[in-house]
Amino acid sequence: MSAHVAPGMPNYGHNTNTGMSNAKLMMWLFLGSECLLFGALISTYMLYKNRFNDLRDGIPNSGTAPHDVFDIPFTSASSFVLLMSSLTMVLALSAIVRGQEARFRGWTLTTVLLGSVFIASQIYEFTVMVEEGVGYTTNIASSAFFSLTGFHGVHVTIGIIMLMSLFVMNLQGKLKQEHSETVEIVGLYWHFVDIVWILIFTVVYLFPQ
Amino acid sequence: MNETTIVEPAEDLHEPMDDHHGDHDDHHPSDGDYIKIAIGLGILTLIEVGTYFESVHKMPEWLLYVVLIVLMIVKFVIVGLYFMHLKFDSKVYTWMFTAGMGFAIGVYFIMLFAQNFFG
Repeated sequence: MSAHVAPGMPNYGHNTNTGMSNAKLMMWLFLGSECLLFGALISTYMLYKNRFNDLRDGIPNSGTAPHDVFDIPFTSASSFVLLMSSLTMVLALSAIVRGQEARFRGWTLTTVLLGSVFIASQIYEFTVMVEEGVGYTTNIASSAFFSLTGFHGVHVTIGIIMLMSLFVMNLQGKLKQEHSETVEIVGLYWHFVDIVWILIFTVVYLFPQ
Repeated sequence: MNETTIVEPAEDLHEPMDDHHGDHDDHHPSDGDYIKIAIGLGILTLIEVGTYFESVHKMPEWLLYVVLIVLMIVKFVIVGLYFMHLKFDSKVYTWMFTAGMGFAIGVYFIMLFAQNFFG
């Protein structure tokens, strides 16, 4: 069966029943399942965001809600950083498809840098929130918030590790133009964590409280 | 028997490939296109953030929800179609991702309705 590939992408001549790459199909299936994970976390936050009774004293609504301590301008900046990392990721893929390995390494490192800036900003934001009295166990709303954003942060971190692996593999000569599908698959994961943040930023931070 | 071949990338990614298949778009974005798309996404983000400040000026809440949800969906679709190459790839990938997403949205909307989230 002839392989189905986008123009400019390596044709592995997949010897599969579908004529498509099993690895790529697997990644899309995985991302479909990740929608269920993040759907659960987002809907749980939506359900509990107004339940900020302080669990320590049991007095209704005596606690501080996460949305009371949001720094929207700061989070907007970090959201923009993550969005731009999707651009650098797709430029990295474009470079490796053309066989431009040095450019691929440059864009990959830039993506890693932008992702790391996002994680650092998240850690800073969490630290400030804890200092202002909103921790993981403060109330139900804060638990839901930190679970959601924490899980997303872990996903971004895993993405950074995968990108660094690609960088090292290319340096070692193990990742070349003919392996660009590997980069594409990692790119799909990276873009997914970006679009999940698009949802989280809107629902958690920008929706009226 | 299938053989592994390397499809030489065109110097100009807008050039159609010799072995292209008829059931997908041949126009693969160039680096310049990706940058333009990213600039567009940045502008949409700015508009989204702008609604936060607008809310200080008592923008109707229903309008705020509509604008934010529309912008969110537009950004989601643009990243999916262009950065994730769904527009240029097999529709099987689109269906696989959309099915998971649709299932998640359906299940969690039912859950929220069951919990009287919408009143």
